[in-house]
Amino acid sequence: MSTLFYLSSIVAVFATTMMITRLNPVHALLYLVVSFLSVALMFFTVGAPFIAALEVIVYAGAIIVLFIFVMMLVNLGPESAKQERQWLNGSIWIGPSILSLILLIELIVMINQHQALAPKGEIVPIKEIGIMLFGPYMLGVELAAMLLLAGLVGAYHLGKPEEPNKAGEES
Amino acid sequence: MIVPLDHVIIVAGIIFIMGLIGVLVRRNILFILMSVEVMLNAAGIVFVAASSHWGEADGQVMFLFILVMTAAEVAVGLALVLLMFKRYATLDVDRIQEMKG
Repeated sequence: MSTLFYLSSIVAVFATTMMITRLNPVHALLYLVVSFLSVALMFFTVGAPFIAALEVIVYAGAIIVLFIFVMMLVNLGPESAKQERQWLNGSIWIGPSILSLILLIELIVMINQHQALAPKGEIVPIKEIGIMLFGPYMLGVELAAMLLLAGLVGAYHLGKPEEPNKAGEES
Repeated sequence: MIVPLDHVIIVAGIIFIMGLIGVLVRRNILFILMSVEVMLNAAGIVFVAASSHWGEADGQVMFLFILVMTAAEVAVGLALVLLMFKRYATLDVDRIQEMKG
């Protein structure tokens, strides 16, 4: 069972690496979908099946679709791939990669310094999540609903077409 | 849990660093937003792993809230990307250098 976890984590890391190095944005989105699906599989093996299903539905199913819609609306075309090839030569990766790898090595060293914690439970029952959401975290649920409302109103207002008779003034 | 908690956190750290490199290197705004999604997802992995490690549901509830926040942020962020494309006809973030009063 642990080989499943390690295999899906390798797929996730590889897919994310491919995603950040693609020239075509649609290719990058497809690799991102693979990355999210492999992370969902990681959640399954770790014992959180509800969160794995939510990850597939919300992340891979709604957020990626939003990205694809925007990419269709923006409609870049093949000259954008040429432009990306100009921007992404080899030397541009060196600086951020070295700094980020230093951070990663620090993180791994810090994690390995702790004693290995004894593992406890296996699968968390989904009923627990529901009881938590209706009990201690009820305020968080209401706030999340208000946040979604704010996002909805904001996205609608930003995406509204301009009035033709107000072309002279800023809205 | 079937794997030690340290391994899950290290994997999440690697994915987070990949997203960070993507944000720092790419110039296309859509790629930057995608890398931010990757970073948020990696942070969520740590929450879910901690929830499974202690056998409680709190971490999964936190990941639920992260998911909600990510969805709202992506909606507003992509609307802003569309506005930016309408105004500047490019998705290059280096072109947005002026602030009109």
